[in-house]
Amino acid sequence: MKELWSLFYAFMKIGGLTFGGGLSMLPMLDHELVKKREWIDSETLLDCYAIGQCTPGIIAVNTATFIGYKRKGVLGAIFSTMGMIFPSLVIITLIALFFEQFLAYEIVEHALMGIKAVVCALMFQTILGLLKKSVVGIASAIICIAGTAIAIFTNLSVLVIVLGSAFSGILIKSIEERMKAKS
Amino acid sequence: MGIILKLIWAYLKIGLFAIGGGLATIPFLIELAKKEDWFTIAQLTNMIAISESTPGPVGINMATFSGFHAAGILGGIVASLAIVIPSFLIIIFIAKFLENFSENKYVKGAFFGIRPAVTAMIAIAIFELFKLTLVTKTDAGWLPHWELILFAVLTFVCMQLKFVKKWHPAMWFVVGAAVGIVFKL
Repeated sequence: MKELWSLFYAFMKIGGLTFGGGLSMLPMLDHELVKKREWIDSETLLDCYAIGQCTPGIIAVNTATFIGYKRKGVLGAIFSTMGMIFPSLVIITLIALFFEQFLAYEIVEHALMGIKAVVCALMFQTILGLLKKSVVGIASAIICIAGTAIAIFTNLSVLVIVLGSAFSGILIKSIEERMKAKS
Repeated sequence: MGIILKLIWAYLKIGLFAIGGGLATIPFLIELAKKEDWFTIAQLTNMIAISESTPGPVGINMATFSGFHAAGILGGIVASLAIVIPSFLIIIFIAKFLENFSENKYVKGAFFGIRPAVTAMIAIAIFELFKLTLVTKTDAGWLPHWELILFAVLTFVCMQLKFVKKWHPAMWFVVGAAVGIVFKL
């Protein structure tokens, strides 16, 4: 029981102190789980992180679930996941409760506008990073352009585009493999 | 009660199909904003700004915030729990039964395809948000907020500089808020 709570506490600390989630959480995970508590080694952390990235959902939460499961089974996964989302639930609920009143103050509105401009810059940075990581050749460039066109010019839902791109990825990879086997 | 069940269903779907982390939930949230009357896209830009500038995974912050808008405190909690349930089950399954999941050739192939497509959709969603933040639609046409655009571009340029690259991410939001207040953006 004690270890379950320490899992909850460790991930609560990580969730409550890192901004941005995903990639920006890796140094904090490394510090808390590998160096300070020695629960896992850094290779296992990278494996967990890789699994967290190639499963649906929020990467930081997925990583917490996976590490919690490795430590203490299903209960460990539950405690870690809850720890990771707990600070968000509290902080965002509090903000949401008073947000409309805050917005009435002119100073808050100006501050929010400044923050929004920073968020625009940050997101542009993120898109460039994602493009660099995901578009790695002609095939992936075509998928990216086709995805853009389909999303803009048709009414297909995001869900259908995600599934379609997964199938085309599998198709492309298996064709590539066959061509390699022939030559 | 009806709206809570609808929320659970909507966020379970997002949790299952938003592949690529928190930002990948944005296209789905925009879809929700257009389909349901839970929140507007303009409110969504506020939520995203708050979610990015407060601690915690962005995806969870946005689920809590948008769920709150739809159905109060319970809505926020329910949305956040619903969004993590699908990946929770999938990860337990993988950890239990699939030894080398991320090395599997079908998994690799699927993600080879999903990554660029999801990037495209995130980019489209983000440009839609840019449009909402940086220009206002008036009867006379589009009205750009030049000082906001200038500040966003300057921030982006600064982010590329070596000596500020190591800044704590929260610093950017502090600077942003300060600039917003001083220049009355």
